[in-house]
Amino acid sequence: MIGQALSIVFHVAFVLMLAPLVTGFNRTLKARVQTRRGPGLLQPYRDLYKLLRKGMVIPDTASWIFTATPFVLFVSTLLASLLIPTISANAPLSMYGGVLAVVYLLALGRFFLALGGLDTGSSFGGLGSSREMTISAIAEPALMLAVFTVAIGAGSTNLSIVAQSALGQSWRFLAPSQMLAFAALFIVLIAETGRIPVDNPATHLELTMIHEAMILEYSGPYLALIEWAAALKQLVLMTILVNVFFPFGLSPDWSPGAVLFSLALFILKLLMLAIVVVVVEVSNAKMRLFRVPELLAIAFVLGALALVSTFLFQG
Amino acid sequence: MYSICRLYSAGLLIYALVALAGLAAHFRKTRAAWVATSLCCASTAAAALELCASVGALIAGEEFNWSLPSGLPFVHYGVRLDPLSAFFNLALSILAGCVAVYSIGYLRHGSAARRPGLFCFFFNLHLLALTLVFTASNIIFFLVAWELMVVASYFLVVTDHESSESRKGGLLYMLMSRGGTGMMYIGFLLLATAAGSMEFQALHGSGQTLSPVLGASAFLLLFFGFGVKAGIIPLHIWLPAAHPVAPSNVSALMSGIVIKTGIYGMARVFFDFYGVLPVWAGMLVLVAGVVSALLGVLYALMEHDLKRLLAYHSIENIGIILMGFGSALLFRSFGHPQLASLALVAGLFHTLNHGVFKCLLFLGAGSVLQGAGTRNMEEMGGLIRRMPWTAFFFLIGAIAISGLPPLNGFVSEWFTYQALLAGFGATPELTRVAFPIAGALLALTAALAAACFVKAFGITFLALPRSGNAERAIESPLSMKTGMASLALVCVLLGLGATWFVSIFAPITQRAFGVQITQQLVAGNSLLLTAGSVHNGSVSPLMLAIALIGLGAVPLVLWLALGRKSPRVTGPTWDCGLPGLTAANEYTATAFSKPLRMIFAALFRPRREIQAEFDISPYYPKVIHFESEIQPTFETRFYDPLLAGIMAIAARMRKIQTGSIHAYLAYIFVTLILLLLFGVRV
Repeated sequence: MIGQALSIVFHVAFVLMLAPLVTGFNRTLKARVQTRRGPGLLQPYRDLYKLLRKGMVIPDTASWIFTATPFVLFVSTLLASLLIPTISANAPLSMYGGVLAVVYLLALGRFFLALGGLDTGSSFGGLGSSREMTISAIAEPALMLAVFTVAIGAGSTNLSIVAQSALGQSWRFLAPSQMLAFAALFIVLIAETGRIPVDNPATHLELTMIHEAMILEYSGPYLALIEWAAALKQLVLMTILVNVFFPFGLSPDWSPGAVLFSLALFILKLLMLAIVVVVVEVSNAKMRLFRVPELLAIAFVLGALALVSTFLFQG
Repeated sequence: MYSICRLYSAGLLIYALVALAGLAAHFRKTRAAWVATSLCCASTAAAALELCASVGALIAGEEFNWSLPSGLPFVHYGVRLDPLSAFFNLALSILAGCVAVYSIGYLRHGSAARRPGLFCFFFNLHLLALTLVFTASNIIFFLVAWELMVVASYFLVVTDHESSESRKGGLLYMLMSRGGTGMMYIGFLLLATAAGSMEFQALHGSGQTLSPVLGASAFLLLFFGFGVKAGIIPLHIWLPAAHPVAPSNVSALMSGIVIKTGIYGMARVFFDFYGVLPVWAGMLVLVAGVVSALLGVLYALMEHDLKRLLAYHSIENIGIILMGFGSALLFRSFGHPQLASLALVAGLFHTLNHGVFKCLLFLGAGSVLQGAGTRNMEEMGGLIRRMPWTAFFFLIGAIAISGLPPLNGFVSEWFTYQALLAGFGATPELTRVAFPIAGALLALTAALAAACFVKAFGITFLALPRSGNAERAIESPLSMKTGMASLALVCVLLGLGATWFVSIFAPITQRAFGVQITQQLVAGNSLLLTAGSVHNGSVSPLMLAIALIGLGAVPLVLWLALGRKSPRVTGPTWDCGLPGLTAANEYTATAFSKPLRMIFAALFRPRREIQAEFDISPYYPKVIHFESEIQPTFETRFYDPLLAGIMAIAARMRKIQTGSIHAYLAYIFVTLILLLLFGVRV
């Protein structure tokens, strides 16, 4: 009992501290590739610290939904991270909800975020909400097909069990179904975390923005919570990609030595995935909004192929 | 058992007496508010009795029968409360009780308020008929109850009969129902000839004794016959026409439980009257489910009439229920009773859950309609300030229907996903690929539903009011709030307490597949819901809810440590430098769903017209007319040709319709002779 409580506290602290670092790494690397100096690895921490201490302006048109949104978003994303094997293959709360709960907890946060966008009465908020809900809706089938492929492979929707079964057969990621599912999930990652070519996290131009438009009216601590939750969500999706498909070195339990090794390897894997994301970002231009469905259709087809190949190669 | 029987009968009797009292009040022209109040309270009491009887029957896991003779051959008023009937009666009585409480306040205004006695007559007659539909134990009595239900609900739909929209909706409902009932008659007669009896008990497994062709025809007739009532696509067109025009408490009941009579009929036929069905049957139900779910939600997204939007969501949820039923049929065909039980539980649980949250949402829409005087979302906005309670309850319903944790919609959708996922491993060849594809489309449906309810809640309740009506909206009276609050509470309880609730399905799966599911679906000291076993996947809505609240400590600590001293001021929303933010700056419902309208343009075939009037230059328009609509594909492509065909045939048949009663008597005589000859020969 105490062991589990400790593991929860450690897990929460770890993902909360790591998430801004991944964002910072992404930004710095992107800047370097574009031959800029960039703001530095630790800038997201400084931003969060500053925002948390700042005062805030609440729009006079907003209701309690506007206030509830940052909390619901932050807490539901954090809970989703507790269901995913991050440090150890045995995620603290994975019993209480598998990959379906992860998807739906993220959806709960998104639901409130979109309502928060509409609550201000500004056209930007509505624009962002509408686009966010649209893109996430058409990303959902691809996400679910990839998730199904993984779950069918392991015979479980519990992500800890999936990771453990993958640990047992280290080279499974070479199976065509796994590679296709990885590709599908990667596209979903790009779409869901609002990276180029789907959304540009660095812009405030109304024609292109999605996520930024929804949170335009947020300031101070609320904005900090939302930004932190966005970083967490990115970490959650990236963790699924690296630890479910490439679980090497993932500690099967919570013994300190194995956990340290597992941590180091996990961060290394994350950085490699982040590099791939950055390469995709800098080598593409942002798509027109109505081209995004085509990209996600590709993800859907990849997911469907992943399933069919499971069917072909497993008999 | 005896006490359950007494509770059940007492409930029926009160429904009947209240109906008669309503009629008496109507003819004595008593219109005082106390009439509606006292009659609604009595209906609530009757619903409470029925609830106790159903719960008792489900927990006891036994059935009871009683019947009254009618003096006619084949016919007796037989009633049976077996687990399946008891489950649907449970759903009915929860909703009926809450709607009756809500009606106390609702009947003070609107068209129903002018004839409260008559309304209570039809309302209670309707509840009586529904109870009988769910519990009738022979075909004839079932059909009698069914017709009574259709007639009563028709009169409820046209309560506001001064409006032509209402009359049209009612007529379409009646016509479609007639068609469906016609198919049901033939299907039932085929089964009855196979069983040699009209009794439901004798019909158990009778589908197997029919020849393959007749068995298949009876299955198809019953599936589509009940499908009309359930509103599966393409038999759904009456639903978005009739539900919105009815008074909102009636719409709540219709979407919540009346369409579930179709689901009850299917469950009865699929899992009681038929044994193992061929694979195509399960596949048909699964595909019908996927198509209804997806198209239902896509059409819902295009609506900006709040009640029509909800009506289309009923089609979507019927689709989700049928995905569960279809999977259950397929699993039974391939010999997996355990998985079939899981899928059946998914379908039945979603039946109840959808009943509860859809009823809640329709009641919320009713409050909005009464408070703001419009169903058009484009004229609403900002109602959360004027109607805080209604907004809160509507939000609970919206979260539940979007399938978000930890409420009840999430639980039944989770079961549906698990059933579909299990299908891949348990079925051979091509059917196995159908399951995950259905799962992916369910995910799309659920995500679109979430988008639709962001729109429904956001445009209706948030930001600035878009019209004077919305500005002057008033919160509903206590009774209406109580009705909504109870349903919201049931949504929460069915979600958090799902582990305890699922055991209620045990006697149903026991009868259908001989499987005891409670041990299978519940684990970990009743904290976990599992998909067959903990290894396959588990979820605990209660623990997720506790964790969500517990993790709230993190932002709290952050705030205490850093943000406590920071000032918090209220200021205007950024208005792009224009003079003040007005409702015209807000996103509308149409604008919100515009991206999806463009993405799915092949389905919607949107048409729009923009006309600008200007004096000097087109860059300074004086007036702009904007018109946009989507093609009602099923109506134009399927029903219009069908209608034209029927009209053409009718025109030809007019020749024998002379209008002379002698001719008609001759027709009847000739028909009788022919039938007798035919009967003698056979």
